[in-house]
Amino acid sequence: MLLSTKSILGTKELTKQDIQQILDTAESFKEISTRAIKKVPTLRGKTIINLFFEPSTRTRTSFEIAGKRLSADVINISGSTSSTVKGENLIDTARNLEAMNPDILVVRHHCSGAPALLSQFVNSPIINAGDGTHEHPSQALLDLLTIRSHRGDLEGLKVAIVGDINHSRVARSNIKAMQTMGMKVRVVGPPPLIPVGLERLGVEVSHNLSEAIKDVDVVMVLRIQLERQNQGLLSSLREYSNYFCLTSETLAKARDDILIIHPGPVNRGIEIALDVMEGPRSLILNQVTNGVAIRMALFYLLLGENNANPN
Amino acid sequence: MRTLIKNGQVIDPANQIDGSFDILINNRKIEAVAPRGKVPASKIKDAQVIDAKDCVVAPGFCDMHVHFREPGHEYKETIETGSASAAAGGFSTVAVMPNTSPVNDSRSVTELILSQAKKTGLVNVLPIGAITRGLKGETLSDMGELKESGCIGYSDDGKPVMDSELMRRALEYSRMFDLPCIQHSEILDLTRGGCMNEGIVSTELGLKGMPVEAEDIMVFRDICLLQKTGGRLHVAHISSGGAVDLVRQAKAKGLPVTCEVAPHHFTLTEEACRSYDTNAKMSPPLRTDEDIELIKEGLRDGTIDMIATDHAPHDLADKQVEFSNACFGIVGLETALPLTLKLVDEKVITLQKAVDLLTQQPCRVFNLDKGTLGVGKDADIVIFNPDTQYTIDPAKFKSRSKNSPYKGWKVRGKVLHTLVAGKTVYSAHNE
Repeated sequence: MLLSTKSILGTKELTKQDIQQILDTAESFKEISTRAIKKVPTLRGKTIINLFFEPSTRTRTSFEIAGKRLSADVINISGSTSSTVKGENLIDTARNLEAMNPDILVVRHHCSGAPALLSQFVNSPIINAGDGTHEHPSQALLDLLTIRSHRGDLEGLKVAIVGDINHSRVARSNIKAMQTMGMKVRVVGPPPLIPVGLERLGVEVSHNLSEAIKDVDVVMVLRIQLERQNQGLLSSLREYSNYFCLTSETLAKARDDILIIHPGPVNRGIEIALDVMEGPRSLILNQVTNGVAIRMALFYLLLGENNANPN
Repeated sequence: MRTLIKNGQVIDPANQIDGSFDILINNRKIEAVAPRGKVPASKIKDAQVIDAKDCVVAPGFCDMHVHFREPGHEYKETIETGSASAAAGGFSTVAVMPNTSPVNDSRSVTELILSQAKKTGLVNVLPIGAITRGLKGETLSDMGELKESGCIGYSDDGKPVMDSELMRRALEYSRMFDLPCIQHSEILDLTRGGCMNEGIVSTELGLKGMPVEAEDIMVFRDICLLQKTGGRLHVAHISSGGAVDLVRQAKAKGLPVTCEVAPHHFTLTEEACRSYDTNAKMSPPLRTDEDIELIKEGLRDGTIDMIATDHAPHDLADKQVEFSNACFGIVGLETALPLTLKLVDEKVITLQKAVDLLTQQPCRVFNLDKGTLGVGKDADIVIFNPDTQYTIDPAKFKSRSKNSPYKGWKVRGKVLHTLVAGKTVYSAHNE
């Protein structure tokens, strides 16, 4: 086994060695996407199924491109997102798919823990492509790859994650992965959007954006959803923006070489100002590019035992 | 036909008995309780003999909180399978919650339950009627009719009575019938969409939490109402240490409040949810070590009146799903004894107290003429070996459902015989 786990259910289960290996492998795959002919035969004859129970364009496309660049056959399936869809259907669907002998299932689901449930019923490796408000490990890994390629080493770096931490699987995956890599994590947002007990995970909590980003190497801005206003978690997006929108003013006190990342899709002008988003410190599109390399690395490492050298 | 239970250690808290006694049963009733070997030979000449060597002989256990799913959800449990599960767990009397389909809010459903129980002929099944019609929380059920047809208490269990005015009137009206209102204490505004205790584990798992305050506030509200209304309040399945404290304070003021705890709330914490094991999903949710400590303190000092299982059978189809979509609850009748005996192992309570919490105490609170081995009383008896060790295997449960988080637990304390009105309704020897 190239990794300590058979499936990628979360960054929680990944060791430092696992993460390093994934990042190193992804680094070596980046070049493939710059070639005129963007395809290597590494996973020829392998079948990857993207099983998405929740709408997604970027993540699904990224997984699909990653598989295709490695010559795997990639099939996309969108499950119903109806709340009446019960796990028996989920399990039945996965078992039926498995009967067709895929090599990897990539699963996105609106319920936290759904990929973990599936992993008990199918033998194929599973990659969690986002489950409810639990984890989105490939996103965290591509964030780390992006940070590492700009800073060289992750150890000791300070990160501020800004926004709706409570409902963010990206934040959860990043907190775990960053801590594993020796980084310091601070979260920033209004108290109703900070989950209970986060401090006990060794995370610093702040409600003041400009103070919180003063000394950090990286600021990660999360998408804020209008829905939270109806749930009584926000007074209004307008007021949220007043306190938590990343603008040139709030960045004034930050380090000059601060890196700005965002998992997308961006609400322009709400959580991040347009000029900041498109400014020189923003790595948002870089993240998207790295996402393909990370997903290629995950496919390769999960199936790689039986495969030749990536090049 | 007489039956003699000999050589056992009789524990009968209702009569302050703990020692080597033999028990003679005649025609459904207890005829004599005499020191070992002292039942007159003339009386045991033709008696059937049960040797209870190394065993405890106690009044049959009484569980004031079970769900038997009949009518309506017989695929999960029926009165027959639930009764068999009760008997296997050492219970001779159970009180069934009204959240069936249709809801038990009328004479016809109560009578159906009683008639099915009679047909089954295993354990005493006592219906609990709804507080509000259809469990809708809108109008009071006909509490008088429910009592007259056989209900022993009122509850909307599974749901709380959220409307404070309605709860006030329920406590007032039920006074006329001298039956307790049993509250599932949960402020729903605080638990909307929640599926486990709110805390560090729910944060890590990305599951919506149910804060402990949702229970505390409801218990406090009901105690406030009780102060005004009189009546009797029974707090179901207490899980919060804070709520235990509120009940303690209310009792100190002399208010007519009682409460029960389920074995899972003193043996498991929210940590059990970590693997998204839906058998760790209950309402109220599994809490924390601190709550367990306060619950144990409540058991020790008598704040908690009884142990009740909240036996909640669910089919695989309701449990083998995403955590947030799974039904709440676990089966409990067949694991209650060994889990309660863990409290004895941990020296939280004595063996006598453990028996008391499962027999005399529930019967005191619900005014039942049960839970005693007094001469002339119904011969409802459990015989268990408190030292037998074994591994819990839900596949062997008599319950139709196997949703238990205790699979693989090594425990001690095994029921060997359960008798109801002198008749053996469960014998481990027949297994």
